[in-house]
Amino acid sequence: MATTVTSTRPDVKIGIGGSKGRGSNGNGGPRRNGHDRRFPDFQASANRYRIGVWVGLASIMMMFTALSSAYIVRAASSSDWQPLAMPRILLLSTALILVSSGTLETARRKFRDAATKAYKPWLLLTLLLGLMFLGSQLLAWRQLVRQGVYVASNPHSSFFYLLTAAHGVHLLGGLIALGYLSLRTRASRDNQLAFTRAQASADAVTLYWHFMDFLWIYLFVLLFFVR
Amino acid sequence: MSVETHEAVHRHPAPTSFIRKYIFSLDHKVIGIQYIILALAAVLVGMTMSVLMRLNLSWPGTSWSILGTLFPAGAPGGIMNPDFYLSLVTMHGTIMVFFVLTTAPQGGFGNYFLPIQIGAEDMAFPVLNMLSFWVTLLGFLVILSAIFVEGNTTIANSAVGVWLGGGSGATVGPIGGWTGYAPLSATGAVAGPGQGAGMNLWIISIAIFCVGSLLGALNFITTLLNMRTKGMTLMRMPLTCWAWFTTAVLALLSFPVLLGAGILLLLDRTVGTSFFVPGGLVFGSSVLTSHTGGSPILWQHLFWFFGHPEVYIAILPGMGATSHILSTFARKPVFGYRAMVFAIFAIGLLGFFVWGHHMFISGMSPYSAMTFSILTLSIGVPSAVKTFNWLGTLWGAKIRFSTPMLFAIGFVSLFVAGGITGLVLGQTSLDLPMHDTYFVLAHFHLVMGVASIFGMFAAIYFWFPKMFGRFMNERLGQLHFWITLIGVYCIFVPMHTMGIVGMPRRYAQFTEYRFLDTLHPLVVFVSIAAIITVLTQLVFYFNLIWSVFKGKKASANPWEATTLEWTTDSPPPHDNFAGVLPVVYRGPYEFAVPGAPNDYVMQTEPDASEQAERAGGDGHNGHKH
Repeated sequence: MATTVTSTRPDVKIGIGGSKGRGSNGNGGPRRNGHDRRFPDFQASANRYRIGVWVGLASIMMMFTALSSAYIVRAASSSDWQPLAMPRILLLSTALILVSSGTLETARRKFRDAATKAYKPWLLLTLLLGLMFLGSQLLAWRQLVRQGVYVASNPHSSFFYLLTAAHGVHLLGGLIALGYLSLRTRASRDNQLAFTRAQASADAVTLYWHFMDFLWIYLFVLLFFVR
Repeated sequence: MSVETHEAVHRHPAPTSFIRKYIFSLDHKVIGIQYIILALAAVLVGMTMSVLMRLNLSWPGTSWSILGTLFPAGAPGGIMNPDFYLSLVTMHGTIMVFFVLTTAPQGGFGNYFLPIQIGAEDMAFPVLNMLSFWVTLLGFLVILSAIFVEGNTTIANSAVGVWLGGGSGATVGPIGGWTGYAPLSATGAVAGPGQGAGMNLWIISIAIFCVGSLLGALNFITTLLNMRTKGMTLMRMPLTCWAWFTTAVLALLSFPVLLGAGILLLLDRTVGTSFFVPGGLVFGSSVLTSHTGGSPILWQHLFWFFGHPEVYIAILPGMGATSHILSTFARKPVFGYRAMVFAIFAIGLLGFFVWGHHMFISGMSPYSAMTFSILTLSIGVPSAVKTFNWLGTLWGAKIRFSTPMLFAIGFVSLFVAGGITGLVLGQTSLDLPMHDTYFVLAHFHLVMGVASIFGMFAAIYFWFPKMFGRFMNERLGQLHFWITLIGVYCIFVPMHTMGIVGMPRRYAQFTEYRFLDTLHPLVVFVSIAAIITVLTQLVFYFNLIWSVFKGKKASANPWEATTLEWTTDSPPPHDNFAGVLPVVYRGPYEFAVPGAPNDYVMQTEPDASEQAERAGGDGHNGHKH
């Protein structure tokens, strides 16, 4: 009956206990008697980060769905829509965030394989690429401002500023998470439990970052290639 | 009662300082109580406003000197201005829907009992849980500040008032209703008193509230999926948990839409964009030239896409609590547990596809109106399943008529009485004449307002012994129930009649409408009923506070109920189960089990084969330490 959550179970073996230190499994591996097979332990402390991020992404997606539907309705409902010329620097932004997804994925895999020395530089590189992406977005805004295109100039520019800002704010959250992750990894090799938790956080942050990447591509296409 | 131990849990020490324990607490139980206190405070404000509205409707032109003293510009000489009345409508609706009906059922009782009922020590993310409460409280303070910015001429004309968008001094908030329809909500102070600073504060408050609710929803879903104790499979969860879970999913998917819409609205007002404001609007003698091409209907779509699921966010936890309590006091299993679970889900799912029934008169295509109408009426099916199963649970039972049970039965009564008129309003042809009349008002107050609140009354009388280790006074509870039940029917049944006659909503008074003159005695009757009902709630408040200190002491399981919260102390210790997590062996509603020694079997009671295995094998103890 509990099939809907079985996918969250693979890490139970190490994740059990976590900070709670219910240590009976910590050294003994999975228990083997029939009783325990009947009663899987869902309280895997590490998995909550992964589930939490998936759930959070659903709500972020709903907000951008609402804004996109407003975009489509507004574009179709009136004749005052003047399409913006795409600021060229957005191509650089797109390239930067695509590469950053790759570097973060590399970092995550290094971490998973316990190659913690190689992990840190990839993480910091991702952080740098993320900052450069935000810088590039700001430059795009400046280009438009130079042309005299402001938030209220026409509906397309309103949506452009709004959607890039909303995406940027969410990406900034991802950057903070990356910074937190790079500080945390120092403690992570102390013991197995902390390592498992750090790994779950790394997975969660990576997932969030990939979503931000996907979201930007989606917004980019919506803003400049759908008409 | 044998509580199976499966592991010795390292216990978190309970915080000792007052601030960590009661103010910035990470304990879901304290946060739950904080939410309930917030709702109890907010509902006082909301009720006071409804009484003021009733006074103005039934005795128009009377001078209420206190009102004149408090709001010299809004009620000069103690006589309410129409704008002041409209701002009462808005603030009453907003405060009740967001800060009472969304906070108490979910943030309050859900926070307190969901982790205990699934056998967890706390929520998945305690820090987010704490943040969600404080963010919500901030939202409440912002909406309250609208009363002062808009209701006080000095503040309205001060630098703060001007910076916030221009206060009027003559209202207690915006005048556009809790739905904040564009374009009047999108154009600023030019749209009338209250639509400047008041409207800005309203949007900001709602946006903050959205963030708080999203944090809460994220926590609920993760906790339920990841923190269930051993043996607590999904189909062994109490129906309350299913209701809170579905509510959290609805909140998670609908509040982001409102947040997005709120941002668009705020940009229209502050930056001068034209998402919702069409060109060529005329205010008084001036034409608004700063906006072009926006779509006011777009706001309605976005708002109601959130607004309809919000109705279910308010009532689903009440349904969960009612199912739980009916079964416990009827001493019978819930009739059709599985059907109840699917009905909750069906109601939640369908709730996302019916928002258009709020907009039948917006000029939508008759084909889309028909689609929305059919989907709306189809919600009657899972609702009927639930009602039928509640009655099935009660059928032939030896019912224990304690106060929680009375309120749960009251919930069923009000849900049916209020829901049945939903079938009337869900049909386009009937909605057209009824729209924006007192018929609609009566419908949604009964089903979404009063029924939900009855669910919460049932919940508080039921769980109070667990939360505080004492009973609420039974005599006062029964008094509270009977007067409130009769009172709300006296208030809202006549309103259906008024609506059919054609009395429109949101009018400050009806002195100029001759065809409504004959209804005036009914209006007065409703007002008197409302005042009596509101005063009766003071009995409830007294009972609540008095019982915390002086109530009769309660044992761990005073109602002889079966679910996990009744296996632990009253009130539960800091980590809920004193370091020993329970193991669950059976479903939540095992009452009247043939052959069992008692008429109820706790969820933690092992079945016979399990007991034999433990007695013979001793394999289990090896794992304890």
